[in-house]
Amino acid sequence: MSRIDVGYFPGCSGLGTSMEYERSTRAVCRELGIGLREIPDWNCCGSTPAHSTDSALSAALASRVFAQGEKAGIGDVITPCPSCLKNLRVALEHMEDPLFTARVEALTERPLQMRHSIRSVLQVIIEDVGTERIKSRVRRSLKGLKVVPYYGCLMTRPEKLMRFDDPENPVALDRLLEALGAEVLAFPLKTDCCGGSFAIPARKVTPRLAGRILDMAGEAGADAVVVACPLCQMNLDLRQGQIRAGGIDRVLPVPYFTQLMAYAFGLPEQEAAFKKLVQDVQPAFACMSRRAADIEAEERKAAAAEAEKVRLAAERAAKAAEKAAEKAGTKDAAPDGAGKKSAAAKKPKDKADADGGEA
Amino acid sequence: MKIGVFICHCGSNIAGTVDCAGVAQRAAVYPDVVYSTDIMYACAEPGQDAIIAAIKEHGLTGVVVASCTPRMHEPTFRKAVERAGLNRYMFEMANIREHVSWIGKDKEANTNKAAELVRMAAAKLRLNRELKPKSFPVTKRVLVIGGGVAGIQAALDAADAGLEVVMVEKQPTIGGKMAKLDKTFPTVDCSSCILGPRMVDVAQHPNITLYAYSELEEVSGYVGNFDVKIRKKATYVDWDKCTGCGLCTEKCPSKKSYDRFNEGVGPTTAIIIPFPQAIPKKASIERDYCRLFNQGKCGVCSKVCPTGAVNYAMQDEFVDVKVGGIVAATGYDLVDWTVYGEYGAGRYPDVVTSLQYERMLSASGPTGGHIKRPSDGKEPKNVVFVQCVASRDPSIGRPYCSGFCCMYTAKQAILTKDHIPDSQSYVFYMDIRSPGKGYDEFTRRVQEEYGAKYVRGRVSMIYPKGDKLIVRGADTLMGGQVEVEADLVVLAVGGEAAAGSPGLAEKLRISYDGYGFFMEGHPKLKPVETNTAGVFLAGACQGLKDIPSSVAQGSAAAAKAIGLLSRNMLDSDPQIASVSVNRCVGCRKCIEVCPFKAIQEIDMRGQPKAEVIETVCQGCGLCNATCPQGAIQLSHFTDNQILAEVEALCRF
Amino acid sequence: METVCLNKSDDAFVKAVEAESGQRVSRCYQCGNCTAGCPMFFTFDYSVSRIMRLIQAGQKEQVLSSSAVWLCAGCETCTQRCPNEIDVAGVMDACRHIARREKKFGARAVSAFFKAFMDSVRFNGRSHEVGTMALYMLYTGRVWTDVELAPKILPKGKMPLLPHRIAGRKEVAEIINRFNQGLSDPDLVRAGPATHDASAKEAVS
Repeated sequence: MSRIDVGYFPGCSGLGTSMEYERSTRAVCRELGIGLREIPDWNCCGSTPAHSTDSALSAALASRVFAQGEKAGIGDVITPCPSCLKNLRVALEHMEDPLFTARVEALTERPLQMRHSIRSVLQVIIEDVGTERIKSRVRRSLKGLKVVPYYGCLMTRPEKLMRFDDPENPVALDRLLEALGAEVLAFPLKTDCCGGSFAIPARKVTPRLAGRILDMAGEAGADAVVVACPLCQMNLDLRQGQIRAGGIDRVLPVPYFTQLMAYAFGLPEQEAAFKKLVQDVQPAFACMSRRAADIEAEERKAAAAEAEKVRLAAERAAKAAEKAAEKAGTKDAAPDGAGKKSAAAKKPKDKADADGGEA
Repeated sequence: MKIGVFICHCGSNIAGTVDCAGVAQRAAVYPDVVYSTDIMYACAEPGQDAIIAAIKEHGLTGVVVASCTPRMHEPTFRKAVERAGLNRYMFEMANIREHVSWIGKDKEANTNKAAELVRMAAAKLRLNRELKPKSFPVTKRVLVIGGGVAGIQAALDAADAGLEVVMVEKQPTIGGKMAKLDKTFPTVDCSSCILGPRMVDVAQHPNITLYAYSELEEVSGYVGNFDVKIRKKATYVDWDKCTGCGLCTEKCPSKKSYDRFNEGVGPTTAIIIPFPQAIPKKASIERDYCRLFNQGKCGVCSKVCPTGAVNYAMQDEFVDVKVGGIVAATGYDLVDWTVYGEYGAGRYPDVVTSLQYERMLSASGPTGGHIKRPSDGKEPKNVVFVQCVASRDPSIGRPYCSGFCCMYTAKQAILTKDHIPDSQSYVFYMDIRSPGKGYDEFTRRVQEEYGAKYVRGRVSMIYPKGDKLIVRGADTLMGGQVEVEADLVVLAVGGEAAAGSPGLAEKLRISYDGYGFFMEGHPKLKPVETNTAGVFLAGACQGLKDIPSSVAQGSAAAAKAIGLLSRNMLDSDPQIASVSVNRCVGCRKCIEVCPFKAIQEIDMRGQPKAEVIETVCQGCGLCNATCPQGAIQLSHFTDNQILAEVEALCRF
Repeated sequence: METVCLNKSDDAFVKAVEAESGQRVSRCYQCGNCTAGCPMFFTFDYSVSRIMRLIQAGQKEQVLSSSAVWLCAGCETCTQRCPNEIDVAGVMDACRHIARREKKFGARAVSAFFKAFMDSVRFNGRSHEVGTMALYMLYTGRVWTDVELAPKILPKGKMPLLPHRIAGRKEVAEIINRFNQGLSDPDLVRAGPATHDASAKEAVS
């Protein structure tokens, strides 16, 4: 398995309210062979308050992050947080405007060097690792778990800046969760806004916006809302009480996708860090197990019938090949027949792999 | 007679609310009916084939089809029965769609009414006789009424196709409204540069005879052979002698005449040549302003004219022309916007119409192409355009959209910026209607590149304050009231049917709508025909339209006229009146009521009798209804046939 | 709402918004799609499309004193769906940036929160959630904000009471200080380095 080495920007919330995201991200990256080199002594990117205050301020903070990376010889950087990602990306792309660069340099008082790239952890896992490799790491399938993926606003938007997945109907997280074995339900509010950082200064926002998302997820029959953004997670998880007070009564766990990956990879709870979530994830897993048992029974039945069919077909093919070989009396027919046989034999093995590595 | 009855379902159009099979069943026992059936689509090819097959199989001698309006498919079915060997007039149609299924929902009542209409049609059919059309020769000459861009296009196309064309223009020059425009949208190309050569072509085309400053006095006759009388209004200048040198217009002492061509932007003289590119470029005297006619002495023009062309004794003249077809292209006029007291009703000199603004923009106009405020001649900096003035306003009886104002306003805003680079235009609009090719892009360009500020809302009032005009309006997108201090206000005044349109329509015997626009034969399928054979429409007289559409309609009308006159002989409609001389008492009542002058008095052995001129009669039936003796009868609609229908109906 | 005099369009303001956002507001044809998709609509005094209209009309005061420019969540829905490809959220950002420089705060709580957050970053080099909340309560007097969440989150050990201070926090503080002194203001920067130095000194002293 090829290793990927990248710079890593955890983001401030990883040290606090999203420490479960941070822990599980590091664990999952390790398992997938993504080497993370944390940018030494990194600083806050400024998040929403900085870019809302002024783009130059935001870019100046971002430029120190990149300068720290530069010192350590780090070029390509990844971050789990979409908000950090947007700030860092904007800083990189805004620098083509000379006035803007001059404004930022007036704050940093040194020439900017922006030879970096920045991507999200999700993007790297999907694009550089891929679902096949994820599947191959699964030890505990999420079969039976019904989830809705919630991407938030910024993971794919604005389209021209983020250049990742479909801006209106992204599917990266869907594919990833499917690879873990979960059942991904259709969720039209994938990229709706949860209210972002306005939960604190404009209190009526989150109950309404995050409430709508939770309500739709519950309506869809999800066991959990899977997220990729610390701010979204906090609005949807921590503030469920406020949402309830606003009139929308849905109790749903809101795990990060990396936590579910850690679980599926069979990593210890220490690294999946489900206990850090406010809404307990265990009821969701209980539902999953019940459903999985039913599904597996069905599948086993179907698989057995299929295997029997394949075995019979292989037998017939083998006999036919033998006959043909006898008739021809030459070696010409043999490779053909052997090819068929091996193709037929391979099928049930693949199936077994996907089912959780029984082979 | 052996009658076949066919009840059409028209899909679900009729069958939805009429029991078609039930109607067919009831019709089977009507007198002389030997075959009766219902049919999915009678007009479709399988339907027509079924009718033809039934005629042959059952030896039918008459056919009733109960379906849609005869205006839609009567010709279709007549041709079908003809293909089966019957005379095309041995056919009757009962309208059970427009008159039954589309207007009622009670299926039982509808079915009864349909059955009665079929019974009436069958009763009438029993008295039908075979009719045969006569053919007559056509005059291969077209009359084009109106020398605007639509008329010019129609005239040139028809003339190029080899027809003789007579063009009649009310004004002293052709060119119409387009000649007054500075530029045209959406290309902003010079209007007179593209129209001028076409006007010259009209003057020089060997097949075109132009009567300018003339009007249609009288029309009689019929398709293929109209007799037209043209009034050549007195210009008091002998155009054969006039060279268009313009000396008279320079010397004329009456310098305060209203300048019709320039929409009153600046005065002109009493003897005028409308503009330098006028066709014909001849002088004419506006009698109302001439000192000689009003004060009895002057005669300057006569003295200075080098060719002695001025003739104060000139009278209107009449010219008779025979033509085969007529194209009406009489255009439009601007609505009288002074009904709007809130815009000053014409009291404020710096509130002008869009057409006046065109003349101000035009290099050949009275301001030499400089935008100047009429009040003080200053160059305006803030120009406000108000759209939908006298358009989309039911309160003044103009509820329709004029269709071209959005576009010409956008053009004028662009030209304003070109003429005065430091000016700012504001455009008040209700909607921006720009569905033509390249039109919407044009309205975006005026805002994005030329910086015109578009404000969505109507203007409530305009009033002067110092040397400015305050325009009080709304910006519904901003959600409130706005005001603009303007130096000049341009009203995008909508159009209406040209003055005198109803009168002309009556002369041409064509229909016109409640606004005076001429009615097309069918709003979709006969856009340039009228319901009078041989009379076609082009341009804004049919409904307001822009230059490209007017030109397209001009060509279309020409194509229709060319098609009509490509034949040497035409068939007359045999559904006309005829006189039974035995009954006629020569009372002349029919002659008086006939709108087509198709009945004349003859002397028969000393007795006055009426006689129908077959080629002129249009079969309207007025004479039939008027005749106290029942002596004059309209073929196919005789008294007996009508009575048979009434009797069939009154059986219930 | 007052009657707006369209002649009194502040064209310099329109240009400033366009320069700061890199967008041409005249491209907006007022279809209303931005308002249609705006999640924060119910908190705004003027909808996004009306803000766009007010900018087109050069109504600086109304735009800059609106709460809408502060309450925009920057979710980019409007930008994503604008048929004229205007970065509407970027225009809202630009208006907010200009409003801040002109000391207009249409939504006090929001600007106070931003300040609390930035101060936390200024002290530590990184944001510190507990510290940010404390500062926010201090700036706004809203001392009960989210207190009901404390029993839920504190036992999770996710809200360290002490900040993570970085070694380079002085560097970060300098950036924010220079910003607070107005050293990155576009007018100042555009004027060139000479003026820049002079006024910098002035601002510091």
